[in-house]
Amino acid sequence: MKRSPVFLITVLCFGFAFFYIPILSMMVYSFNDSRLATVWGGFSTRWYETLLSNRQVGAALLLSVQIALISATCATILGAMAGITLARFRRFRGRTFFSGMVTAPLIMPEVITGISSLMFFIMLGQWIGWPGQRGFTTITLAHITFSMVYVTTVVHSRMLQMDRSIEEAAMDLGSRPWQVLKDVTLPVISPALLSGWLLAFTISLDDVVITSFTTGPGATTLPLLIWSKVKLGVTPDINALATLTVLAVGFCVAIAGVLMNRAERRRLADERLAYQANG
Amino acid sequence: MTGEPGPFIRIEGVSKRFGTFEAVKDVNLTIDKGEIFALLGGSGCGKTTLLRMLAGFEEPSAGRIFIDGQDMAGTPPWDRAVHMMFQSYALFPHMSVERNIAYGLKHERLTTAQRRDRVREMLDLVQLTQFAERKPHQISGGQRQRVALARALARQPKLLLLDEPLAALDKKLREHTQFELMSIQQRTGVTFIVVTHDQEEAMTLADRIAVMDRGTVRQVGSAGEIYEYPNSRFVAGFIGTVSTFPGRVVRLTGDLAEIDIPAMNGTFAARAVPGLTEGRNVTVALRPEKVQISKICPDAVNVFEGQVKDLAYFGKDSLYRVTLPAGDLILAHAVNARRGSDSDRTADWDDKVWLSFEPASAILLTD
Repeated sequence: MKRSPVFLITVLCFGFAFFYIPILSMMVYSFNDSRLATVWGGFSTRWYETLLSNRQVGAALLLSVQIALISATCATILGAMAGITLARFRRFRGRTFFSGMVTAPLIMPEVITGISSLMFFIMLGQWIGWPGQRGFTTITLAHITFSMVYVTTVVHSRMLQMDRSIEEAAMDLGSRPWQVLKDVTLPVISPALLSGWLLAFTISLDDVVITSFTTGPGATTLPLLIWSKVKLGVTPDINALATLTVLAVGFCVAIAGVLMNRAERRRLADERLAYQANG
Repeated sequence: MTGEPGPFIRIEGVSKRFGTFEAVKDVNLTIDKGEIFALLGGSGCGKTTLLRMLAGFEEPSAGRIFIDGQDMAGTPPWDRAVHMMFQSYALFPHMSVERNIAYGLKHERLTTAQRRDRVREMLDLVQLTQFAERKPHQISGGQRQRVALARALARQPKLLLLDEPLAALDKKLREHTQFELMSIQQRTGVTFIVVTHDQEEAMTLADRIAVMDRGTVRQVGSAGEIYEYPNSRFVAGFIGTVSTFPGRVVRLTGDLAEIDIPAMNGTFAARAVPGLTEGRNVTVALRPEKVQISKICPDAVNVFEGQVKDLAYFGKDSLYRVTLPAGDLILAHAVNARRGSDSDRTADWDDKVWLSFEPASAILLTD
């Protein structure tokens, strides 16, 4: 069957248009001088100025980044421990239960996780008087619990791919299990730890649902701020904020692409080296 | 600290169970210092489990293992002066060749200079000095194998365990590496225990071989002993090629036994083995190269007739598959010692031939 290139290209264009026209129009309208989001009133950068002088946005961004850094780091530590345990200890009492409980938040609706976290914090507050007020701490704790699952999954699958005998070799050469973990296991799975951390970081950074349940007075993360502003109507300064976010994400993706490209080229060079060594 | 004089390694009644599966059953072995000892068997015969018990990765379910007089029970792998070369080599992918070799040395009290000298010496031993800075994925398979060997030898172990050391190499490299391993063993004097499923590898490498089958050791001996004097049908069939025929002892005179072999239509003389009695059923096993084949009736003790069913010409020699009167097949091996065209060869398809063997060449098996 002969495929029609015109048809394929049309489909492709429609697909891309569907994804990117909204984002593009948002970026264009962020330079709109008009107060109304849908009426073009000439070019202006005044919404960016408004945004940058807005202390609320800066504070929300700072809070979001702080929460994301702490929760991603804690989630990586706990998730790595769970992932390594699941991969290395094939038989222990309650293993199935453990593995089920660890991955349950992955399929649990976020609303449920949010409500139950909220109830838990309220009850805990009544029993032991902590946390007295919800905010930074409770959001961070909730983020750790649900982003840990992603790290666990990434680390677990990496551990299953890893040759077990590498760890045995280190043990055989005189290292105790703790040293083996430090010298061999962690360095070998470090790419998985890094991608798990990044995953946890992004999930925490843009979470709305769970954050809105576990937040308290005064703790407004960036997604919560956007959400509450949008409820009052889309204003051009939100467009400006979203545009900056898209540019930041695009920049990070571009850097990752360059790094990956470089790693790939190095891998090819190594292969050539090994081939020459063979000859 | 050396215990009472005796064998360097003593394996006493060692068994290993995984759940209901018995991987190793009551194995007894002694291995001398400086020996290359091979554990030979098919997959699942327990050879690797036995090796892992020596390394300390598995604890025996029963029995004891002594290394240099010390009972190894309860000693973890990191406290044993036993190192292992893994089948996958298990090199640390994030470390250079040099750091791989130096890894075990960080647990020894050495000065920086001593450590550097030891690594240099090891690199020199396996001829990898120029690759010291490379990562494992930047060198070839044969070089990786040598890094693994150097890493295991760097701590000067009492015992080196090699799990299928040559399995991952291609055939040409394998032969070369085999001799290299032997020369390194001779230079270092370290006792080697090699696990392999390849009988040729075991026979060329090892001083002594233990043939294993389903968790038990079937026979221990030098390559020659195991090949020429197998103690069971399993060992005879596992090592090399044999043709086996059921027979019955008709008469015993001195060290000769007269055996009735129905497949060959007659009685034949064979060197007697201990434990034979008149009237006992035995299995007669013949190696192809011990069976002479010719078109004229030879002047020999044990002669019988057959018809060539098949022949394979390998250049330096030929292998014949000959049908016996009762329909059984026997293999005969002939060296092509003289040059000639196809029509000059010993026998051709469907030719009637005479076969013979010497009494001392027949293997009598009583199991």
